[in-house]
Amino acid sequence: MTDITPIRTPAESAILSRFPEVKASLPGTSAVATLREQAFGRFQETGLPHRRIEKWKYTDLRALMREAAPIAAVPTEADLAIAKALLAGLPDFGAANVTVVNGRFAPSLSDLGALPAGVSVVDLGEALGSGHPLVVERMGRAAAADDAALSLNAAFVAGGAILTVAPGTAVERPIALRFVTVGNASAVYPRALIEIGKGASVTLIETHLSADGVAHQANEVVEIFAGDATTVDHIRINAHGDAAVDVSSLGVVLGGEANLRTFNFVTNPAAARHQVFFRFAGEHSTATVSGASLLKGKRHADTTLFVDHAVENCASREMFAHVLDGQATGVFQGMILVRPEAQKTDGKMMSRAVLLSDDATMNNKPELEIYADDVACGHGATVGALDEDLLFYLRARGLPKAEAEALMLAAFVGEALESIGHDGVRETLEGLVEAWLKAR
Amino acid sequence: MLEIRNLHVQIEDKKILNGLNLTVHKGEVAAIMGPNGSGKSTLSYVIAGKEDYEVLDGEILLDGENILEMEADARAAAGVFLAFQYPLEIPGVATMTFLKAAMNAQRKARGEEELATTDFMKRVRAGAEKLGIPQDMLKRGLNVGFSGGEKKRMEILQMALLEPRFCILDETDSGLDIDALKVVSDGVNALRSPDRAFLVITHYQRLLNYIVPDTVHVMAHGKVVKSGGKELALELEANGYADYKTLAA
Ligand SMILES: Nc1ncnc2c1ncn2[C@@H]1O[C@H](COP(=O)(O)OP(=O)(O)O)[C@@H](O)[C@H]1O
Ligand SMILES: [Mg+2]
Repeated sequence: MTDITPIRTPAESAILSRFPEVKASLPGTSAVATLREQAFGRFQETGLPHRRIEKWKYTDLRALMREAAPIAAVPTEADLAIAKALLAGLPDFGAANVTVVNGRFAPSLSDLGALPAGVSVVDLGEALGSGHPLVVERMGRAAAADDAALSLNAAFVAGGAILTVAPGTAVERPIALRFVTVGNASAVYPRALIEIGKGASVTLIETHLSADGVAHQANEVVEIFAGDATTVDHIRINAHGDAAVDVSSLGVVLGGEANLRTFNFVTNPAAARHQVFFRFAGEHSTATVSGASLLKGKRHADTTLFVDHAVENCASREMFAHVLDGQATGVFQGMILVRPEAQKTDGKMMSRAVLLSDDATMNNKPELEIYADDVACGHGATVGALDEDLLFYLRARGLPKAEAEALMLAAFVGEALESIGHDGVRETLEGLVEAWLKAR
Repeated sequence: MLEIRNLHVQIEDKKILNGLNLTVHKGEVAAIMGPNGSGKSTLSYVIAGKEDYEVLDGEILLDGENILEMEADARAAAGVFLAFQYPLEIPGVATMTFLKAAMNAQRKARGEEELATTDFMKRVRAGAEKLGIPQDMLKRGLNVGFSGGEKKRMEILQMALLEPRFCILDETDSGLDIDALKVVSDGVNALRSPDRAFLVITHYQRLLNYIVPDTVHVMAHGKVVKSGGKELALELEANGYADYKTLAA
């Protein structure tokens, strides 16, 4: 056989020729540069994921990224002012803010002077260059799969934030990690490394924001290292603009006797893929991985989970709700792996979707891979329209069709929102759901 | 108040109502009795506006206006109320939230002001108390985990709060013990008024001891086959439906 030259899409060719040009300008020690080269090498082999790659079957990045947007420039003062205006449109969570603009830490839009006791924040761009211990020891260890999106971020990451919570700290005020992309359509590769010390508790609100009508290509990675006996409530709100293509990866390593919840909320971007890589590293811990996607028009949202039960006596709950209208597409792929040593694992995964139109599509692929014999695991998936008899009951009491549907849908999504621990954030999201239903 | 003329209805190619005629006057309580499967619930759904049923012919006039073209919610706002034979459970929709949404939707459709929260709460509390519905039930999901009797009481509470002018009670007596039957009947009787009419559907005469009808209609094979005064119910109780099963065939 002769050598096969893989056919590159224009976007792939652009990304491949770009790396040698920009790598010298990207921050980092020589060790970081090596990591970048390795990651780029992996990307060179795979290219952009497409539908013949099993894990990306329903989200074809080759098709979604016809061209590669240029890498976002370092934000100017004007960019920061635009970012500030966009941020003003976010709900007020009463949080201490940490902001990243166009893939770089933005101290002027962060509450560095008012961080709660025990919380510290470092510019990831600087940390890459200074050999910060979290970069050296932890970067890439929570989001650690062989995955093209992870490779791209590792190769091109220019900045972001490092957040640490000191052991034993109960942080009352939520911390908001805000990623904003402004300007012309551009590619951003921010990353956040979050370390939560033993016995600490914290609420993290991660938001992603860009303007409607701009075809940004965002690839974000957040890695959370939560130690023993930690309590973490993580809520991610994807508020990218309606032309954005957003690929996000969350990596979590959870210690023993800990409790972590993560919730992902999507309504607006043209296409979103959220992947969660979750690893139990200590016994007697509980994870709740959940989310809600409310999509209309031609929007597409994919949630792909990999939950790794690597130790005994842990419980995981995965619960996802999709409301799909118009020609929208929802994707749920969930894999729970129970390794041979992970006896007494308790895992339950559920995906439920309501289709509001004949042209909406839901793809469900829940999977269990179990190698231990003493476990209680299960999964389920439902797809359907709203119950006509229930709708009639409500309408017979005077509720117009839209209002009756909204009431039922709010209840449907509400069940998923229940898994959010923080009352204020949950109520805010209930409000966002209500607004989405009203605007339908 | 309600006039049904020559009503023919089918569902999934199955003919259920076959030229039904019925008139109920303002202030009247009309009872409909008939064997199981004679089409009583179908009639109630068609009046309330359920879309699964195909009306082949006929009219339903509410105070002279044909309501067949109206959506279910518009009929509700126009004053039609159906107390369901099998009230549905709606998880995640708190009973209070539902009651408020229903009352305000009807007011809005009629061009009236929304109810103030305090006024709403007062009305619900008073209504619930009369029907022996505990307050904490109102915080739960609508009908979720309620007993058969509790669900029927909840239907009557809704009827009392929505103040309809034409009320249909579909086998409200089924699944009720004698005490609950009395409570529910008292609730219905309290709503009797010269401006309001009732269509009380029942299989048994028992309910009609508590809600005494002005007229009784016997339904068989999708039409009214005999009409009379309240004594007709007693006659049916004594002789059963056997005569009517053959009569209409
Ligand atoms: N959704 C339906 N599909 C098919 N047949 C139906 C449906 N609803 C009712 N029927 C049939 O119509 C007839 C009348 O039913 P129904 O109106 O419930 O009678 P009743 O309330 O007098 O017992 C029955 O034979 C029943 O099986
Ligand atoms: Mg019936």
